[in-house]
Amino acid sequence: MPEARMAWNGAAFDGLAQVRELPVQGMISLRGDLASAPVQNAATEVTGAAMPGPRGVEGAGDSAIAWMSPDELLILLPHGTVQDALARMDAVLAGEHALALDMSDARAVFEVEGPAAREVLAKLCPVDLDPAVFGPGEMRRTRAAQIAVAFWQSGPHAFRLICFRSVAGYLFDLLKGAAHPAARVGVFDPSA
Amino acid sequence: MLILDCPCCGRAADETELEGGGEAHLTRFGPGASDDDFERYLFLRGNPKGVHFERWRHAYGCGKWFLAARCTTTLEVFGTYAAQTTAPPPEIVAAIKARRPNWEAPV
Ligand SMILES: [Zn+2]
Repeated sequence: MPEARMAWNGAAFDGLAQVRELPVQGMISLRGDLASAPVQNAATEVTGAAMPGPRGVEGAGDSAIAWMSPDELLILLPHGTVQDALARMDAVLAGEHALALDMSDARAVFEVEGPAAREVLAKLCPVDLDPAVFGPGEMRRTRAAQIAVAFWQSGPHAFRLICFRSVAGYLFDLLKGAAHPAARVGVFDPSA
Repeated sequence: MLILDCPCCGRAADETELEGGGEAHLTRFGPGASDDDFERYLFLRGNPKGVHFERWRHAYGCGKWFLAARCTTTLEVFGTYAAQTTAPPPEIVAAIKARRPNWEAPV
């Protein structure tokens, strides 16, 4: 198998927040009845994470389960382990009306980190990013300007965003603009 | 700006996360229908000034379809509900009547 290449060569920008593309992340899309035991087991066994409730994300680092819709989970795994995990999931899902598919190469992942990270996202997404409203453990599917993204809080002042690989450059440029040092608003930034 | 609570994922969805799908509760007429019924199903819409029932898709969120009752003049939202219904549910009708006492549900 050819070596996995990052969509935007690990682009990075240092401004109001640190923006950087993360190494290729393993991702499996799992669709099925989320109340069914085999579907839940397939997700939890390969990640070691708990089953998230609606809108939730469980796990840490690059092994996690995110609730994407009433019949869809996103399984995050280290990139090199996806094929083994798929084989294990297919075994658990035998006879179940469900689909597990490797989506790793369709996506790019960026991290936005720093006290102003919330503000950077709030400029781009129609989401209430007040810390009292959106916090750790939540997966948010939405848009950033003209493209679909999904993000979650990955650290005290860090968020990870997933987008389609073909628009990775567009998202990086958006984040760079929103994190420009001259563009501080200071609404959510405790250091402002 | 319109904000609708998506009943499928529970998020408050901004208009820019949604795609409009036109009037809700249409009766489908297919093969074998009269020309008049087929024309009405395909082309003719109520387009009311006031209370309206609409199809919306949470396109940038969970991706699911749902229905919404709102006022086309004030943008007041009376409620959102499952797409798998053929008529507005009683709680939606009650919410509309509480705000528009003279409104009558279409038959
Ligand atoms: Zn939704």
